[in-house]
Amino acid sequence: MATQTPTTAVLDQASAQGQRPLWLETVQDWVTTVDHKKIGIMYICYALIFLVVAGFEALLMRIQLAIPNNTFVSPQTFNRLFTMHGTTMVFFVGMPILFGFGNYLVPLMIGARDMAFPRLNAFSFWISAFGGLLLYFSYLGGDGLYGMGGAPDVGWFAYAPLTERVFSPGHSTDYWTLSILLSGIGSIGTALNIVATTISMRCPGMKLNRMPLLVWLYLVVSLMAFVVVSPLTAAQIMLMLDRYAGSHFFDTQAGGSAVLWMHFFWIFGHPEVYILVLPAFAFANEIIPVFSRKAIFGYPAMVAATVGIGFISLSVWAHHMFTVGMGAWANTFFTFATMVISVPTGIKIFNWLATLWGGRIHFTVSMMFAVGFLFQFLIAGLTGIMLSVAPFDWQLGNSYFVVAHFHYVLVGAILFMIFSAFYYWYPKMTGRMLSEKIGKWHFWLFLIGFHLTFDLMHVPGLLGMPRRVYTYEADRGWAILNMLVSSGAIFQAVASLLFVSNLVYSYFKGAIAGADPWDAWSLEWSTTSPPPPYNFAVIPTVGSRRPLWDLKHPEDPDSNYEM
Amino acid sequence: MSTTAVIPHSQAESWTLPSRGMVGMACLIVAESAIFIIFVVAYVFYLGKSLTGPTPRDVLHLPIFISICLFSSSYTVHRAVSALEHGKRRACTVWLTLTVLLGGIFIAGTAREWHELIYREGLTIKTNLFGTTFYSLVGLHASHVLIGLVMLSLALLFSVRGQLTSRHTERLEVLSLYWHFVDAVWVVVFLVVYVFGK
Repeated sequence: MATQTPTTAVLDQASAQGQRPLWLETVQDWVTTVDHKKIGIMYICYALIFLVVAGFEALLMRIQLAIPNNTFVSPQTFNRLFTMHGTTMVFFVGMPILFGFGNYLVPLMIGARDMAFPRLNAFSFWISAFGGLLLYFSYLGGDGLYGMGGAPDVGWFAYAPLTERVFSPGHSTDYWTLSILLSGIGSIGTALNIVATTISMRCPGMKLNRMPLLVWLYLVVSLMAFVVVSPLTAAQIMLMLDRYAGSHFFDTQAGGSAVLWMHFFWIFGHPEVYILVLPAFAFANEIIPVFSRKAIFGYPAMVAATVGIGFISLSVWAHHMFTVGMGAWANTFFTFATMVISVPTGIKIFNWLATLWGGRIHFTVSMMFAVGFLFQFLIAGLTGIMLSVAPFDWQLGNSYFVVAHFHYVLVGAILFMIFSAFYYWYPKMTGRMLSEKIGKWHFWLFLIGFHLTFDLMHVPGLLGMPRRVYTYEADRGWAILNMLVSSGAIFQAVASLLFVSNLVYSYFKGAIAGADPWDAWSLEWSTTSPPPPYNFAVIPTVGSRRPLWDLKHPEDPDSNYEM
Repeated sequence: MSTTAVIPHSQAESWTLPSRGMVGMACLIVAESAIFIIFVVAYVFYLGKSLTGPTPRDVLHLPIFISICLFSSSYTVHRAVSALEHGKRRACTVWLTLTVLLGGIFIAGTAREWHELIYREGLTIKTNLFGTTFYSLVGLHASHVLIGLVMLSLALLFSVRGQLTSRHTERLEVLSLYWHFVDAVWVVVFLVVYVFGK
């Protein structure tokens, strides 16, 4: 080791002694970079920008719905708002932020110097980013010939035949299709990269059964992306052919089927939820053990449960279509499959609880978000099981109960875990700690806002309030509930502002983190914060699942206990 | 604790992992297969549901000759790879030329078929559901053949100029994997469209 350290010092000196680069050089450096860490950070920043934009759209909708018979926005604008909110959150917040963390962490965790295909990585990022810009350019360019102007207004699942040229003239739907097509290409590229990196770039000793669980989960997510995102790409190609070449895939006048689009969309749409939630599980798998000061409970069971979720999630899509009338056998099958998927998910929850059990729990902000995730994900799963029962779904399909359920997953589970990941890995990415004080305000305000909004949102749904209505009559008994739901949104907005200001403030003023602020065990903490461009001066060799533990405790290495 | 990479580099047993090129191509093939499956499903789903003619039985003929050409090209590209591996660069050029030629015949045959369908039978993508699904499925496959042909022609160009050496075996192998995939898809398309779908 004594002979290795100078090597790094010499390499780093070269860059430290150079003059401060001009800002144009910095821009050029970031635009042309193929470094997985910079691309990862660009993914995350790009997702954060869209998170703010789409969150703002949600705020506008909540203002409109706060009181009955409101005229804050027009019905047309409202349709655009929920379409853009949904599309942005799924394709330009969820996907890029998960790929951002994946890009940043996977090579570091397996002891590699970069992804398997660095240039493909840059290409995937830029094509996804272009897709996002295209979607929002529709506000300017969506007018088309008929002056039907503005952004897409067909809903985020864009049911046919509404999307056909006859019913959606103008270009807004084309922008929607193209942006999703491009983001899909980017997703496939990055997923391919993550799989190839995980399989082909591991450092010596990093056997599959020693990989950090985060890497395992990203491997499964990426494999799922191939079979899940591609059908959406195919469906978008069909829709484009319908709109531009005059084909009849979803043209009901010529015998085409609107239900076929539903199938194609949800074959993507439901596993997509698991693509988004598995990275959240991945963060929990790293964060909960470190702050419980215990190794993860049931590593093989976690891997098996993840692979199980990956497979089962491919057979549940039509539970979005119970109200279509698929027949008793199809309904039974999809009810059953949907219930079965809660088994591996339950295994995961039990394993996290068992990891906490008897641990010396450190309630850092990161851990607080992780614990919030555990409770909220459980509730989200329970309402999911309720909705998986076909007759129950007939009653509540397309109501605010459904909206509340999936926001419980997307916000209560995924967003909470993303916040947790920020507090955990921000020191690694920037070299400075996020402020715990602002972080606690962020956590509590967001928690209160979240529960105010999404707990209560179930109730108007049970009372029969349908989703996507732009307003409602005063005599329905939904008014007070909607007012409370909307007021919760304000708490969340304030908390998010605190979070963003924390990111900015701590970048300049945060406490210096050092290489390993959490006393953690995976490889990314063995290098400097932020890591040098080459990650590791010497490619490490590992002998167990917790290489840094082995190093810190040579008298009691993990490898003694592993099979 | 030092702040730099601290994991000691011990003398481990030999550590070899799969080639990233092959893994990447395998991933691409899985993703592409999913796209093809969706188009095949659409084709099968709309079989016999066209509101107007012509139907597959009226206008489609078994493209046996061009199919044999395409299937043979899988063999020739395999020979090209193994020739390159053994350093027989001349033989590699010959096998690559044959591959490009056979692929070219396939594309020409498809072009002729489409020309007849459009100008003699009056079947376009707008005509009915059969036209819609037929042109999109066969067209999707043909576009993959075209991409493969462009790549193979590039490899051939390098080979002719003597720039392709046994060092590049793995890259040519990755390309050949893609070409085998294009062939395998044709087996499915051939069976679905021309045999069972007629």
